[in-house]
Amino acid sequence: MLEKIWDEHEVIAESADSPAVLYIDLHLIHEVTSPQAFAVLGARGLGVRRPELTLATMDHSTPTRSEQIFGGAPIAIESAAQQIRALERNCALFGVELLGLRSAQRGIVHVIGPELGATQPGKTIVCGDSHTSTHGALGALAFGIGTTEVGHVLATQSLLQRKPKSLAINIDHRLQAGVSAKDLILWIISRIGVSGGTGHVIEYRGAGVRALDMEERMTVCNMSIEAGARAGMIAPDETTYAYLAGRPRVPQGLKWDEALARWRQLPSDAGARFDREVAIDAAAVEPMITYGTNPGMVMPVNGTIPERANDAAFDQALAYMGFEAGAMLKDKTVNVVFLGSCTNGRLSDLRAAATLLRGRKIAPGVQMLVVPGSQAVKRAAEAEGLDGVFTAAGAEWRESGCSMCLGMNGDLVGKGEYSLSTSNRNFEGRQGVGARTLLASPLTAAASAVRGRVTDPREILNS
Amino acid sequence: MEPILSLRSRTVVLAAANIDTDQIIPARFLTTTTREGLGEHLFADWRYDAAGAPRRDFILNGAAARDCRILVAGRNFGCGSSREHAPWALLDYGFRAVISTQIADIFRSNALKCGLLPVVVDAATASWLIEHPGAEVSIDLPTATLTLPAAAPVAFPLETFARMLLVNGIDELEYLLERDAHISAFERRRSQG
Repeated sequence: MLEKIWDEHEVIAESADSPAVLYIDLHLIHEVTSPQAFAVLGARGLGVRRPELTLATMDHSTPTRSEQIFGGAPIAIESAAQQIRALERNCALFGVELLGLRSAQRGIVHVIGPELGATQPGKTIVCGDSHTSTHGALGALAFGIGTTEVGHVLATQSLLQRKPKSLAINIDHRLQAGVSAKDLILWIISRIGVSGGTGHVIEYRGAGVRALDMEERMTVCNMSIEAGARAGMIAPDETTYAYLAGRPRVPQGLKWDEALARWRQLPSDAGARFDREVAIDAAAVEPMITYGTNPGMVMPVNGTIPERANDAAFDQALAYMGFEAGAMLKDKTVNVVFLGSCTNGRLSDLRAAATLLRGRKIAPGVQMLVVPGSQAVKRAAEAEGLDGVFTAAGAEWRESGCSMCLGMNGDLVGKGEYSLSTSNRNFEGRQGVGARTLLASPLTAAASAVRGRVTDPREILNS
Repeated sequence: MEPILSLRSRTVVLAAANIDTDQIIPARFLTTTTREGLGEHLFADWRYDAAGAPRRDFILNGAAARDCRILVAGRNFGCGSSREHAPWALLDYGFRAVISTQIADIFRSNALKCGLLPVVVDAATASWLIEHPGAEVSIDLPTATLTLPAAAPVAFPLETFARMLLVNGIDELEYLLERDAHISAFERRRSQG
């Protein structure tokens, strides 16, 4: 599938002396990694080559407090407000469509692409954000780029790229009850490591993947970058087409039928060769949680932190976390629970957490923030009454955005506090200076919020 | 871009593996609309204490690190977020090259585009460098070699294409803009498709 999409987008084929010129079908931009790229265009007197293939929104440094978005209160971080204004200015100046601060279609860039149907099988999709790998769940070749490359795509709709190697992750069987797609991808990272996918595009294959719904597939592809791979992809199938049908930006009428015929040609042929293959048994996956400062430092929720001799970085990570080798995380106190992000901020994630929180209260002393991935997710959740479930449990319900996934929009975890987070990175300081992040699924997050301690969600689900 | 032909400097060593771009430049410093001035915040949470004072025990705050332009780091340097602010911060601080046994894909791509050399070496060379902080080493671009003190040059992987751009000071955007006719032809072909 990688080869098919690649070959269709080669403006100039790669050679020993030079990389390919690769054409880009969809360029998503946001407020944090685009201003310096627009500045280069301005300085060189260049325009945006294909504004209609470019879509902008704001999510990273954008606040999630309603009063700062709709209530007329100033955005608390002045430099973030300036970034937001810069994106508004640049989009107006260069003729790029912006789903802006008060747009009903605004949201995390990787949530709104699929939601609007802008993300489609067979497309090349880039964004100045490493979690662009999310879009590969629909059978697109999607990867994160830096700001200089954002400028290249704005000016030329193309990128200079070498074809990456392919890594097939073959997933057999189905996940057990109480185990989610987040646990699956954390399990995979525990097997191949945080640099196991470097230089590769991962294609997730097999019955275990076919059994996942579209939003679960996005969670899996989203964290491909946490295994070092720039992109993750899943061949489109009936689940994909059913998800896309009727979305606002997909082809309509006869054009839909044509697109469908084209998309059906995309899956890798039987006997396709990959540079590497890894086998995973989905039935063996358990609810997972991270104990260290990278997503590869991960274990089952009921597991014990491994011992590692003569590894200074490992020791330093445990010291940062305040943990010791050989200890269990189960029943450790949590201070903050964050439900949201491009990994787990979609409607099915909120529903999963709500099944555990309905009729229950979060433990005293725990702060829980629920941040929908987009304004559309927010409306859909409210239509089902999920917001009421969360607020009745004692959680805060916010406007959409990246929020606590990364400390740059005012939503922060305090120094030394333990945050059980459904986001994608547990790096030192990621959620705030000195914050200690435990990555887990929405179910584990909700169960741990109720108990105030790290909890295997199956204990509550089965009780 | 300024052409880069060679580089000679003492090294600074950060031996930890998996140094991610959130450590290189924490997200709270990304609410900027320019690329200048990020060097001040390079490794901010390792470099300064809660009051903003330099931590004495952090290598970049020591006298030995002054004027060093080459950073030696553990495996999988630059993993995580795609923020180009990470190589910008390293460059603004004064680094011109990073040496490691493995450099994360997006970081490597970003670094090459702004003139920070990603130098990937074998485990033995990396171990020697980690054990000899402050060693004076040189990097030669036309031959893509690294020379340790009193040793023969060792080659490091650098695509002919990247080397050509760096040595001649050409940026990729110029190269792409010169291929405008190809891009237009591709667009015509597809719209007729």
